[in-house]
Amino acid sequence: MRVGFFVTCLVDLMRPSIAFAAIRLLESGGAQVLVPPTQTCCGQPGYNSGDRSGAKALAAKVVSEFEECEYLVAPSGSCSGMIKTHYADLFRDDPELLSRASALGAKTYELTDFLVNVLKLDRVPGGFSGRVTYHDSCAGLREMGVKQQPRALLARNADVTLIEMPDCETCCGFGGTFSIKYGEISTRMADNKCQQIVDTGADAVVLGDLGCILNIEGRLRRRGDMKTKVMHIAEVLAGDSSESGARG
Amino acid sequence: MHFKERAHASLGDAQLQQNLKKFKTKFVTTRREALTELDDVEGTREAAGAIRQRALDDLDAWLELFETNATARGAVVLWADTPADVNRHVIDIARRHGSNKIIKSKSMVSEESALDHALESAGLTVVETDLGEYILQINDYEPPSHIIGPALHKNKAEVAELFAAKHGTSRKSEISDMCLEARKVLRSHYLSADMGISGGNFFVAETGSVVLVTNECNATLTTTLPKVHVAISGIEKVVPTLEDVATLMRLLPRSATGQSISNYVDILTGVKGEGEFHGAEHMYFILVDAGRARVLGSEVKEALRCIRCGACMNHCPVYQNIGGHSYGWVYPGPIGSILTPSYIGLENAPDLPQASTMCNQCGVVCPVKIPLPDLQRKLREEEFRRELRPWSERFGLRAWSWLASRPSLFALATRIGARALKVLGGRERLIHRLPLGGGWTDGRDMPAPAGRTFRDLYARRGSGR
Ligand code: SF4
Repeated sequence: MRVGFFVTCLVDLMRPSIAFAAIRLLESGGAQVLVPPTQTCCGQPGYNSGDRSGAKALAAKVVSEFEECEYLVAPSGSCSGMIKTHYADLFRDDPELLSRASALGAKTYELTDFLVNVLKLDRVPGGFSGRVTYHDSCAGLREMGVKQQPRALLARNADVTLIEMPDCETCCGFGGTFSIKYGEISTRMADNKCQQIVDTGADAVVLGDLGCILNIEGRLRRRGDMKTKVMHIAEVLAGDSSESGARG
Repeated sequence: MHFKERAHASLGDAQLQQNLKKFKTKFVTTRREALTELDDVEGTREAAGAIRQRALDDLDAWLELFETNATARGAVVLWADTPADVNRHVIDIARRHGSNKIIKSKSMVSEESALDHALESAGLTVVETDLGEYILQINDYEPPSHIIGPALHKNKAEVAELFAAKHGTSRKSEISDMCLEARKVLRSHYLSADMGISGGNFFVAETGSVVLVTNECNATLTTTLPKVHVAISGIEKVVPTLEDVATLMRLLPRSATGQSISNYVDILTGVKGEGEFHGAEHMYFILVDAGRARVLGSEVKEALRCIRCGACMNHCPVYQNIGGHSYGWVYPGPIGSILTPSYIGLENAPDLPQASTMCNQCGVVCPVKIPLPDLQRKLREEEFRRELRPWSERFGLRAWSWLASRPSLFALATRIGARALKVLGGRERLIHRLPLGGGWTDGRDMPAPAGRTFRDLYARRGSGR
């Protein structure tokens, strides 16, 4: 099974350990992972800021880079959601690209969804142990239907205890460029989220999108909390490979 | 004041923040519980959205039918192209019937034209009878902060103070006592008023009726005691049949206040007939365009499906933190972020479509399935096209897509970026101040990367094998 891995520009720049962990998980489930070397960004920043033509150019690039793969998997609900649920809108006036983009969308998956529902991974390689709480990032939850998948995977590691926070489905305030344009509102939303995380007493908050990770971790640290870990679900599941130990 | 300044003030207002905290859990919980009573929530939302869309698709035809049927029952249908037309019509009607004292139940559309002020300027007396609106009126016409709970931003103690000061009574501590006090004050107004103004939740085309959904009985009294009744609402509020209303009513109170049905549902059809006991002798409908026809032909036309339940704002994490006043006009929250720029001009509300994380919590609760974040994005596209965004933002976006279209250059730029960010992060690996990123680092650190991009590390791993 040839799986095209979409790294995402944020993971490429800010936390490569997530990509290495995700690849390890995919390979442990028997997938042959391809990483198209020319990939960059899915086009979401432009799309959500009103720059359709910029977004279109990048979307067309993703389509041509990944359409040969059997699947496209990304360690992000937000980027996989962009490809799966928004590319069709971008190409609504271009029948040729529309059909290619729709075909790609149909085989595009968020990482945990793919691990559970396609690879049917029943063992996870990681050695993480501790109490965690899970934050449902918005696009993963509401665009990609990611809810039980990460929890099912966490349950496969007996050393992990999940403690839910009450508003696990409430946005952390990241919202891409929103986090900079409306920093004060964004910070307050992140702060509410941090309070809920801290109230669970968990050792780590786990989630599936790096944008939200940076937002939550950034706010926790500014609040003076240096101990609560903020981890991508792939990092928790794949545990200590040499590369994925890079942070934390 | 601009959106950001208003939001800043709200975020720093300790009392408001406390009041918002209470509000936040209440409506979310009651809605969730109320919806469990329906067998098929999604199917009902689907049907409700389709009903509203059907009405909009042939709006002119349904409006004509409504006019014909309402006129046949003795009502007069007036059209208002602009907010100013609304005020003019109402003042004309008051003059025609010699009305001096007007009571009014809740109408958000009348806020669009600041009707109360216009009436007072014309020498007429107007009294708001919805408890929330009444509280705001006696507080020097404070603007509403929510479409169904206009005084939601106020708590019990604030209202108690206000009542004692304005009514000249002793300060009450129980809500029930305050309600009794308001009721006593309002009763005398009901009996002495000679004209009643209401909004309209739905206009029913097949019968020429207006439907009013309320909880306090004030709309019933307002529309039946005085001899003149004027119902004001947007042209988009028409629905084809009474059966459509029944379907919409399965969702409206549940989505709004978590009630299976509101305490009162008034269906008012025509003037008081021969031998009838209830109803106004003269009935007027003012159907307001004020930008709606333009929206109908725009990319955000689905916003007109809105049945004003308030669920989108009740569930919006931005609204929950900054409250309704920050949005600056009649309609706050996600639906306001579409309607306000559409009605008063995008250039006059450029922040509203942007001030959303697009988390889509609003879209999944909207009873008529308005894709609110998609509509926000449409307005963002228009802002980008019309160059309403700062040049730095436009330049940044263009630069990003230019760079990301060139893989080798992108690899080089990110390689340098990763190193630079690592240096900025220092030993703690946290960036406390980010050049050009103050919006982020004023309230948060930026976790610094380890210094090498995935691309470079992966290439090395590949060649090392
Ligand atoms: S947009 Fe939808 S959720 Fe918001 S007030 Fe209108 S009907 Fe209710």
